[in-house]
Amino acid sequence: MTILEFTAIVAIVSFVAGLLGSLTGLGGGVVLVPLLTTLFHVDIRYAIGASLVSVIATSSGAAASYVKEGFSNIRIGMFLEIATTFGALLGAFLATRIPTSALAIIFGVVMIYSAFVSRKPRPRAQRSLPPDPLATRLRMNGSFPDAEGLRFYNVQNVPSGFSLMFGAGALSGLLGIGSGAVKVLAMDQAMRIPFKVSTTTSNFMIGVTAAASAGIYLSRGYIDPGLAMPVMLGVLAGSLLGSRILVKAETQSLRLVFSGVILVLGLQMLYKGFWGKI
Amino acid sequence: MQAAQATARPHSFQPQPWRDRRIEVMLGNLLRTGVLLSAAVVLCGAGIYLARHAHEPANYRVFRGEPSDLRTISGVLHSITHERGRSLIQLGLLLLIATPIARVVFSIVGFAIERDRMYVAFTLIVLAVLLYSLLGSGAGV
Repeated sequence: MTILEFTAIVAIVSFVAGLLGSLTGLGGGVVLVPLLTTLFHVDIRYAIGASLVSVIATSSGAAASYVKEGFSNIRIGMFLEIATTFGALLGAFLATRIPTSALAIIFGVVMIYSAFVSRKPRPRAQRSLPPDPLATRLRMNGSFPDAEGLRFYNVQNVPSGFSLMFGAGALSGLLGIGSGAVKVLAMDQAMRIPFKVSTTTSNFMIGVTAAASAGIYLSRGYIDPGLAMPVMLGVLAGSLLGSRILVKAETQSLRLVFSGVILVLGLQMLYKGFWGKI
Repeated sequence: MQAAQATARPHSFQPQPWRDRRIEVMLGNLLRTGVLLSAAVVLCGAGIYLARHAHEPANYRVFRGEPSDLRTISGVLHSITHERGRSLIQLGLLLLIATPIARVVFSIVGFAIERDRMYVAFTLIVLAVLLYSLLGSGAGV
């Protein structure tokens, strides 16, 4: 394959991944690495570097439209970013030290978990939870516009949310993904943040988390301009288009299909990791 | 108005950051501008890169790591004059990495305006980690 053909095909695949990732809210990064390694036989380290770059692009690109909606909570985001950025540093250091077969196995497990989580309905946020002393001290409780007016919420379980976020950051640095599935677990399940707030806040955090491992990836030579260019441009264009044509009615079936794709790719990564084909 | 709500519900509601929503909107626009700027630089680099190397074989099967002038900020800046396509793409990617960092810097200003010392401190920690990764891990020099 010549560089021109390679660039064009990778750009198209990345565009589709970015579009589906944005439409389903599952993110495009998680399918990119397995697609690059299996379809295009790209070394997993180059694939992770390119994917990480595209994660920053989608997070920052979507931020402007999220901000206008007024759901995101910047204090929750900034506090948890302490955990995710330290985690991302650890993950990026580990990524340069552990064998690629182990990377593939961890990747497969995370994908299967993501596919599983995306099929479960998100927990309905209970109303009027009692205020948690630590969350109140950290000024995390807030409100957001709802159909019935301003809705108030009280954040719970800050320590377990913080620890889970450290894990999410480590996975992000290790695998070059946004690790949205773990962030959802931390914010929806542990901290009981209403999902409109958690989704937009998590999007804000993903860019900062990815930037924390990007420097290490760059200095280790994981970010190849020839590969990162079509991936970043394709994913960015796809996700920007996706955020404009978001049709609520059809996302449910699309989510099911996309999570099926993630599951299959995850199993494939596991297979490749265990049988040393990577 | 928000201050009145805060006193009415002392435990369940803290003022939503930031009281001045203009800061938030400004941050969102900053991020979008940064991303579009970096995409434009990457696109320019892509044009030069493809014009020169379009018909060479693509091979990413074996990991070799990038040459040193594409691995560091100063290397990228120096090599732009020599080998323009790939260096220009890398410069665009550096701009992209810089956008979330710029957001963190602006957040410090936002929290300082609100006189929220605790969150100024939290944000400084996050900034320190980001700068360490970019400058301290060997990517800076």
